[in-house]
Amino acid sequence: MPYLPHTKRDIAQMLDAIGVASIDELTKVPADVALRTTPDVVSALPESEIMRRFEMLASRNRAATMTSFLGAGAYRHYCPPAIMSLAMRGEFLTSYTPYQAEVSQGYLQAVYEWQTYICLLTGLEIANASVYDGATALAEGVIMALAATGRRRVLVSRTVHPNYRAVLKTYCDGLDVAIDELPLAAHGATDYSALRDALAEKTYAAVALQSPNFFGIVEAVPEEMRPALKQSGTIPIAVVAEALSLAALQTPASWGAQICVGEGQSFGVALAYGGPYVGFIACTNEHLRRIPGRLVGRTLDKNGKVAYVLTLQAREQHIRRERATSNICTNQAHCALIATIYLALMGASGLRDCAAQNLRRSHELAARVTRMGGFRMQFEAPFFNEFVLNVGSRAGDVLTALQSRGILGGLDLGRFYPELSDCILMTATETTSSQEIDALSAALKEIARVPTHA
Amino acid sequence: MAQPADLLFSREHEWVKVDGDSATVGITEYAQSSLGDIVYVELPKLGTEVAQFSTTGVIESVKAVSDLYTPLGGEVTEVNESLQNDPALVNREPFAGGWLFKLRLKNVSEKDNLLSPETYAQLVAEAQ
Amino acid sequence: MHDRASPLIFEQGQPGRANRYVASDATLEGYLPADAIRSDLPLPDSTELDVVRHYTRLSQRTFGIDTGFYPLGSCTMKYNPRVNDAVANLPGFKDLHPFSPDELSQGALQAMYELERSLASLFGMAAFSLNPAAGAHGELAALLIAKKYFAEHGDDARTTVIVPDTAHGTNPASASMCGFKVVSLKSDERGRVGVEALRRVLGADTAVCMMTNPNTLGLFEDHIAEITRAVHDVGGLMYYDGANANALMGIARPGDMGFDLMHLNLHKTFTIPHGGGGAGAGPLGVAQRLVDYLPTPVVRVRGAGGDGASRDENGTAFWLDYEVPKSIGPVRSFWSNFAHVVRALAYLYANGLEGLTDVSRLAVLNANYVRVKVQKFLETPYPETCRHEFVASAADLKKETGVRAVDIAKALLDRGFHAPTMYFPLIVPECLMIEPTETESKETLDSFVDALEEIVVMAKRDPQKVMNAPEHTPVARVDETRAARHPDLRWHPPASPA
Repeated sequence: MPYLPHTKRDIAQMLDAIGVASIDELTKVPADVALRTTPDVVSALPESEIMRRFEMLASRNRAATMTSFLGAGAYRHYCPPAIMSLAMRGEFLTSYTPYQAEVSQGYLQAVYEWQTYICLLTGLEIANASVYDGATALAEGVIMALAATGRRRVLVSRTVHPNYRAVLKTYCDGLDVAIDELPLAAHGATDYSALRDALAEKTYAAVALQSPNFFGIVEAVPEEMRPALKQSGTIPIAVVAEALSLAALQTPASWGAQICVGEGQSFGVALAYGGPYVGFIACTNEHLRRIPGRLVGRTLDKNGKVAYVLTLQAREQHIRRERATSNICTNQAHCALIATIYLALMGASGLRDCAAQNLRRSHELAARVTRMGGFRMQFEAPFFNEFVLNVGSRAGDVLTALQSRGILGGLDLGRFYPELSDCILMTATETTSSQEIDALSAALKEIARVPTHA
Repeated sequence: MAQPADLLFSREHEWVKVDGDSATVGITEYAQSSLGDIVYVELPKLGTEVAQFSTTGVIESVKAVSDLYTPLGGEVTEVNESLQNDPALVNREPFAGGWLFKLRLKNVSEKDNLLSPETYAQLVAEAQ
Repeated sequence: MHDRASPLIFEQGQPGRANRYVASDATLEGYLPADAIRSDLPLPDSTELDVVRHYTRLSQRTFGIDTGFYPLGSCTMKYNPRVNDAVANLPGFKDLHPFSPDELSQGALQAMYELERSLASLFGMAAFSLNPAAGAHGELAALLIAKKYFAEHGDDARTTVIVPDTAHGTNPASASMCGFKVVSLKSDERGRVGVEALRRVLGADTAVCMMTNPNTLGLFEDHIAEITRAVHDVGGLMYYDGANANALMGIARPGDMGFDLMHLNLHKTFTIPHGGGGAGAGPLGVAQRLVDYLPTPVVRVRGAGGDGASRDENGTAFWLDYEVPKSIGPVRSFWSNFAHVVRALAYLYANGLEGLTDVSRLAVLNANYVRVKVQKFLETPYPETCRHEFVASAADLKKETGVRAVDIAKALLDRGFHAPTMYFPLIVPECLMIEPTETESKETLDSFVDALEEIVVMAKRDPQKVMNAPEHTPVARVDETRAARHPDLRWHPPASPA
């Protein structure tokens, strides 16, 4: 059996030391809970055959190698190989939560650096060591706002990622908290006049707004509304699904966000069919004692040397238990490490260049696909690396036709927005090549000529 | 160990000094020593009405968190602002400078539910 | 090798020292209105070499399972096989977008399905959801299911969750996040949940009783069948915290014990690397009557059903079902920590049922071996057969010499071992929870026991020496009070005030 070092002699000596005749004596259980049936588990394979089996399974994921314009909360970006050669080092990979600070200084410092990066990117003062993903980060951010205000309703824009809104609903159902939605305006951003009306009621603990929003559109709370937002006592939560945008756009702090939640997958974390990803939460100093999860602090050791340590642990589940800020224990530390190394390698110049290249490609894509009759931009508004294309017929049919030509054209928006069932969310990043854009255009041209039910 | 003679005590290791219909509340030497280095104190808001023995705040140390219960009922009239920047004051002077909050008492006879210095001293001796 | 404190990445680098991984002569202003663009980005630019050196040095100041013995009780720090990482990193898995159509993701869906079926059978549950990202996340989802289940049955008096005083802190925390009231049950003198004590707190308000078996003292709850019956008798549900599943595989199943809900920690029992504190994965298992409440989406198979489906590569089609009738809804952005699903499945393939049974048997053997040797010089409050972990107490040592559990832990660091879990569970004073795991050899266990004995002997002879530990680690004991009183949680760029 693999990974088990015990020889017959070892076992005999150990049993002798314990004073039992066989392992059965140690593992026996009362008759009423003994195994009744033999569990049915996959059959064991030697390691060489394991590789073969998984290669076979992997080869059946044809979408992984197709030309793809999918985004919608998970983004394909260039990941320098240096990231994995560092992150996969055994000490980083196989260490656990740094409860013994003296032998975890490396990891603790890396997390301190992650916390700093998130603060610098969002413009806020504090960030935690990570949460599971963007959707759960939003849920945790809302919980912070509920505790801070004592109010029991929250406001969320319909332009926030539909999966994030659905997860928030799951969490809020557990807490008997009501969620109201801000509608979509004609140009694809949040209807801010509805926000003004809602805030006047002063009953909302938080308002969650995403930019770039689910449609890729850059949104901002209008200047003239910001004082009213501040007066309302409603905590503004900024949501970020495409973290790369933080390198290009005005920070959430700049328009008054007190909490920023989001997804860090864009920073070097593999698509991996949805996970593991890495959520982040940042906030102003005022919310320090409410922020969930782990925090790494910088201090001194007893000899005056700079040292890092998990701090403010009294807020967490292992001490505070039912009064904890959250139940979170294991987080996404290794993915946060990957993201930190990505940010270190890219640097400010690299991130700006990358963001600019995303913009170039997405705008090139938009220009090319709208050149053909029958396809038009659904929304007229500034966008980052994704946009909504109205295809003039059922989006699902167009996507199926593209798929048969070896292209994943994007996301059928009818899946989440019934009124947009003739629209596709298309994404281009710095990894999208001109050839891929050419191929998509050619395919669409063909499809436009052929009736869509063919 | 003898406890200050002019105070009354609760089972949750709080002390109270009653002065007419007002009172000052803190935690005892035993409490501060059990908690260890105190890092943060969450005190009730001014004007809050609190019932005897109800939860009124939280004391956080590096390794533990303890709910703060009020030994008597009343209205919170003052809180110790110094603890904001110097929570260690509770460790250094639990019976003096490290006081937590003051109350205008609702019902002075609630004192009868509290422990005398001698009874409390015995409680502490048993706990150790 | 020099062991100097490492400067922060922000204290290195020079503006313009770019690596140019993505070449672009485009500008942001070409595509966005000027007022939407941020004016500064105070992040450092460093060469790849500088970054590689920086993080290499940080890794060298970090202790992992790969470095040495890591007997952290309740965490199951077993060897993380490298083949698992190799398969998870196959491009067909790594590059697969979560919104890929089902028909073009059949390999991924099959992997999820196979893992789900194996776990269901191994632990005696009707079905598993692979959605939760961690054990605590699985707990939360389970309690949301319980809440909805009672609401659907018009049973709105169910407000209480019962948790033993030995429970992991996530249990009561998760209960609070669902709006439940938590009742803590005192363990009996045998360290277990007493059936009579439990009966006294059970009632019409009981929603869920959360337990783990073996419990956090490493002891098997031998009255578990009676306990689950008692909870079911009042109409409550039983939840199994799977943190200690490493003791049970092929030996007993939570489903057979009467548990209705459970989570597993793939990063404990199933060798997903702990990665400094995550990412984990916390699959959620349910009994038949709760199957309709699982979080969405659920992986289904079309075509040939039954046990053959998980191995039959012809004529089956796997798909994601979002129409689960009474689902609590999704609990995360996408479908699972999929890369970890692949790793766990690879581990199952390496072992099969026989291998997994050996894993549990040898985990229990190792723990008992260490226990009988340690109890010769350190108090073990429950001196009976343990399962995969046991607890020792430094309470007597503290009374005698002043040396506490934390001092012993730090002295172990000096000797090249990671410390056991300290001060948990809360009911044992000066607690050290030791879980060797099955991947450790007898020699490693012997050297650990020798080191521990040496420390205890030293404590009696020269306690101050133990209390000064660690002295051979990159830093000495850290001022945690200062860290908490004056939180310094991030670096600030020089131009802006702190």
